[in-house]
Amino acid sequence: MRVVLAEDLFLLRDGLVRLLQAHDFEIAAAVESGPELARALAELEPDVAVVDVRLPPTHTDEGLQCALNARRDRPGLPVLVLSQHVEQLYARELLADGTGGVGYLLKDRVFDAEQFVDAVRRVAAGGTAMDPQVIQQLLTRRAAGDQPLARITPREREVLELMAQGRSNAAIAAKLVVTERAIAKHTANIFTKLGLEVSDDDNRRVLAVLAYLDQDR
Amino acid sequence: MTIETRNGSWGTRARGIGLAAVRGLALTLVTLPGALLGFTLSLVSISLVPVGIGVFTTPWVLTGVRAFADWRRVLAAEWCGVRIPSAYRPIPENANAWARTYAMLLDPATWRDLRWLQVDMTAGFVTALLSAVLVFYPLEGLAVAAGLWRPLTELGGGYWYGFVHVTDQTSALLAGALGIALLGLVPLAPRLLTAHFRLTRAVLGAGQGELAERVRVLTETRRDAVDTSAAELRRIERDLHDGAQARLVAMGMDLGTIEMLLDKDPAQAKRLLAQARQSSADALTELRDLVRGIHPPVLAERGLGDAVRALALRLPVATEVTVELEGRPDAPVESAAYFAVSEVLTNAVKHSGADRIWIDLHQTEGMLRISVTDNGRGGALITAGSGLAGVERRLGTFDGVLAVGSPAGGPTMVTMEIPCA
Repeated sequence: MRVVLAEDLFLLRDGLVRLLQAHDFEIAAAVESGPELARALAELEPDVAVVDVRLPPTHTDEGLQCALNARRDRPGLPVLVLSQHVEQLYARELLADGTGGVGYLLKDRVFDAEQFVDAVRRVAAGGTAMDPQVIQQLLTRRAAGDQPLARITPREREVLELMAQGRSNAAIAAKLVVTERAIAKHTANIFTKLGLEVSDDDNRRVLAVLAYLDQDR
Repeated sequence: MTIETRNGSWGTRARGIGLAAVRGLALTLVTLPGALLGFTLSLVSISLVPVGIGVFTTPWVLTGVRAFADWRRVLAAEWCGVRIPSAYRPIPENANAWARTYAMLLDPATWRDLRWLQVDMTAGFVTALLSAVLVFYPLEGLAVAAGLWRPLTELGGGYWYGFVHVTDQTSALLAGALGIALLGLVPLAPRLLTAHFRLTRAVLGAGQGELAERVRVLTETRRDAVDTSAAELRRIERDLHDGAQARLVAMGMDLGTIEMLLDKDPAQAKRLLAQARQSSADALTELRDLVRGIHPPVLAERGLGDAVRALALRLPVATEVTVELEGRPDAPVESAAYFAVSEVLTNAVKHSGADRIWIDLHQTEGMLRISVTDNGRGGALITAGSGLAGVERRLGTFDGVLAVGSPAGGPTMVTMEIPCA
């Protein structure tokens, strides 16, 4: 799997390159600025891009803008965005086209190599990887005065959180140490309570949940 | 020695009086025509603004008037030590004629100039004239007595010096005596000239009260700003000391122990490794929160509009944000505005019981205007020590103002204005 990596801090870039190579990713390019990233995304056609939000030369949100632009030119281009802080605003922009293949994680998540690599694979496969903090923010905001959400049990809420992060039923079952069947039952309940259409497709399911949580009241 | 000094002082005084008289005469010759011309041209030019021509002539005419007034300021300082501060607002560079005219007409100093021109052509003229006449008239009396009466009376009709009708040598001597009597008033000449410039200062100088008030406000807001930033720095120091710094120390210790245990007790080492990783994650979280409190990253990355949108997305209350900003205000203004909005929102969420909030941000005429409205129970007040008082203080540093409209029963509307030209 070919990866384009954009990160301006040398230590972190170097670490990410080694981490990804150790997990059998091929680094197509490891760049450190916005313009370089734009060129790499346009010319190298990677399977997935791992991008830091803030990049030189402006040190604003160049990485994010590059990623969004590239996805406009090549819809569904898998992009995993990393940042020192997560903003629901940015998550919303990444999810706006509704095609999936996006990830948005705190840089801290790199500490857990297995989970991070799993997230990159998921995004590359067209799935979603949203930081737990984004989901927390969404749920806190949504929970105030939302009738359907109030009917969800604590266990279902746990499942909902993990699902919104982009995990598959199998992964959620493993994490909560229950059977996949139990999780399937929980998800069915959640979808009924929120009035969403049940779908077997993991990706579509995640996007539906995210859209539900992110809608304005 | 003493006599010489006295002579010297007499000489200086006489020179001072003579100089005052000459200067008064010069001023007399200039003030009336200068002020009349300036005032008439200004009046005509300004009244032609609606027609369009005035837009092009007004900046020229008013600049001329300013030069005239500035020249008088220089004379006042050089001749009589009367300092008249010049307080014109700067005219935007590269501005077009319309913007220049507009800026000049908005400047209170312009209207002060025009008021002064009227005073200058009347009272100013008279005081200047008097300071000259006071010196030259007694000298004229003496000259008349010395023989000037002859050519003057020959011109026909007769000649009056004060109340003396001069017809022959006797009456001419009488005129001379009157002149000597009037010499007593001569020392007043320099004072009259000073009075002339004092009058100029009274009309032309910016109101002292206004300046004093401005100084008071600046002193106060500066002290507040220094206090606030010192308190902020102390808080940051404490947070770093107790938070991230302590966690890094713990992490270092854990790593040291791990190094020791690696061969002896791998299981324990592994447990400590997990602990060290947790410490580093916690340190990162604390640093992130700290950074958000100093300067939120989204503000740096996206500017005020999106930073406020991001803020609204974190609220548990449905919030609508409208932003109309051209470009980005200066970083300090942006930051002050962001934290002001943040504080007002925190207040609204905590105390109002509202289930809807509207935020409006827009920029007009060099002012950043922000309003935060909620449909809560109202009754919000700016009391000492409250969050709103803190916001008011913070905005004060930028000459910004805060107004709260919050009748009992709601709604509450907090408006803020910050100059950001």
